[in-house]
Amino acid sequence: MAGITFDAVGKIYGGETRAIADVSIDITDGEFVVLVGPSGCGKSTLLRMVAGLEDITEGKIMIGDRVVNDVAPKDRDIAMVFQNYALYPHMTVRDNMAFGLKLRKTPKKEIEERVGEAARILEITDYLDRKPKALSGGQRQRVAMGRAIVREPAAFLMDEPLSNLDAKLRVQMRSELGLLHSRLGTTTLYVTHDQVEAMTMGDRVAVLKAITDTESNLQQIAAPRELYDRPRNLFVAGFIGSPAMNFVYATVGADGTTTTLDFGGHSLAVNSGALPDGVAQRSGREIVVGVRPEAFEIGSAAGAGGSAMTVTSSLVEQLGSEAYVHFAVPVRPVVTADIEALLAEEGTDAAALGDETKFTARVNPDHAPRVGQSTELVVDTTKLHYFDPETGDTL
Amino acid sequence: MTEYHEDSIRNPSRRSGGRSRTVRRPRRPPAFIAIPAAIGLALFALPVLGLLGRAPWRRLATLLGSDLAQEALRLSAISSVGAAIISLLLGVPVAWMLCRYDFPGRSLVRGLVLLPMVLPPVVGGAALLFALGRRGLVGSPLYEATGLVLPFSTGGVILAGVFVAMPLMVLTVEGGLRSLDHRFERAAETLGAGRWTVLRRVTIPMIAPSIVAGIALTWSRALGEFGATLTFAGNLQGRTQTLPLAVFVALESDRDTALALSLVMVIVSLAVLVALRDRWWRSR
Repeated sequence: MAGITFDAVGKIYGGETRAIADVSIDITDGEFVVLVGPSGCGKSTLLRMVAGLEDITEGKIMIGDRVVNDVAPKDRDIAMVFQNYALYPHMTVRDNMAFGLKLRKTPKKEIEERVGEAARILEITDYLDRKPKALSGGQRQRVAMGRAIVREPAAFLMDEPLSNLDAKLRVQMRSELGLLHSRLGTTTLYVTHDQVEAMTMGDRVAVLKAITDTESNLQQIAAPRELYDRPRNLFVAGFIGSPAMNFVYATVGADGTTTTLDFGGHSLAVNSGALPDGVAQRSGREIVVGVRPEAFEIGSAAGAGGSAMTVTSSLVEQLGSEAYVHFAVPVRPVVTADIEALLAEEGTDAAALGDETKFTARVNPDHAPRVGQSTELVVDTTKLHYFDPETGDTL
Repeated sequence: MTEYHEDSIRNPSRRSGGRSRTVRRPRRPPAFIAIPAAIGLALFALPVLGLLGRAPWRRLATLLGSDLAQEALRLSAISSVGAAIISLLLGVPVAWMLCRYDFPGRSLVRGLVLLPMVLPPVVGGAALLFALGRRGLVGSPLYEATGLVLPFSTGGVILAGVFVAMPLMVLTVEGGLRSLDHRFERAAETLGAGRWTVLRRVTIPMIAPSIVAGIALTWSRALGEFGATLTFAGNLQGRTQTLPLAVFVALESDRDTALALSLVMVIVSLAVLVALRDRWWRSR
């Protein structure tokens, strides 16, 4: 086993189209790291570069202590799991799993043992003599995992391995993969576009963004909770979390021990001592404030000490376990390059936002208002996020 | 393979396990479909029935034992198998080039490859003669260097067969390669396979149905070849007179022999179709 190191890695296609710039990540031995980001962010390209299926234009990639830039895929000692599983239809499950071992001229008896053991772990012993076409999606997924496991590689590379499964099976396989990793302890690099998958599976999560020049694709790499609590910029803040964080332009008003954040007729009072320095320095100016939907709760303004908003819900989504209250505030919507990148992933653009800032609040389903009803929402001001409106960086 | 291909290759992004849509199937086809379809089917069936009805069943063995028939059978067997083998050895690499590599003039090359399929075979034979005849573009230096003369030889018959049949090999194999998801080969590379192993253990087995279909199609096309053979290789009994040519000659002089030889070709063609059905059609 071994760690994986990206050292200032870059990728330029055909001498002109840049897909990756300046990505440096240190993955320690046994770690489960997820690369996540919208389509075009370079996550699959990075994975294929580790596998040796793409050339490395700049920088270097190391597996363990060995620089693998010029090492053929077959000599990199990695096992990749593909989105379509890439199981060979002309081979039985057993032969599919043994394929890599046979190529290495592993003794027959050992192949048998390792395939048998992997099949037991993955509970596919009964299917070993079937062809892949006779298996369900979930079973094929397990066989693909089995083919990777039996090689006992230095690292697993997984390219959206669950995205061909239906939602229920995906959740199930997600936890199985997690269990498998804690059992085997093999370094794993996992690519997905699904932030829930990323958050639940990764020891650490690397958030990547499509680039336009030579700034790095890598926006932040951190443990899931850290990403959620302390996103480094608007992109990470908007990408991680579902429903997404609300962003609004607010004017900072300094007033001794209490600082006010004013936007569209609302005013939130925040304890000045708890604010980052960057906010106080921008007194009288506009910043971007981020509020997670779960930082709202139904309550009364009287008891909340000025950290409440009275809003009129335009839509209420009742999920039973929680309810989403949608409302708008008469402030122009926050549009930055990061926000545009996030909107593009949803298939919309900034023009579709209109001229109001739309909010989503996640509230207790028992107290959810009716549509059109005026509601008081208390904001947990200790959980606000503050961003520079120009750079999008966290203040 | 069908199911596998559909949900994991053609739609790699599809999330759900996917159930095939149920198609409502009407019990009986409407008349405006059924009547022309029946006429169409009759057009296929009647000639075969005519042949079977008139076939000299009792004298079959004697007729097929004649010199003319024996030599034609032997020659057709050799030349059609030869043409199929050469088409395999040359056609698969051509298909590979067309599918996997981008080179200038690729669409021109594809047109060139398909040309023999639409060209009247007689014209193809004449073209072969101008190129490879003893006075031809390539034929003349070839003769001077080696003394080899292709026209009016069994080699010429094989060459004419390759010319008209190889496009079928190129087309089927290129189709097979194109529908092969490249991730199958990438996966093999990450599992420790070198280029040659990938080719031998993954690519070729996975396009095997297309290769088999290509062999069957080129072989039967070469077996039935008439026009280009006649023009390029002539009609010399024992040297270039294949089954179709022998049938054509016998129709004038010995109708029963023509019928017997035709029967052989009908049976062989049917056998090829049945074999193809198992190997190729069912997996579609």
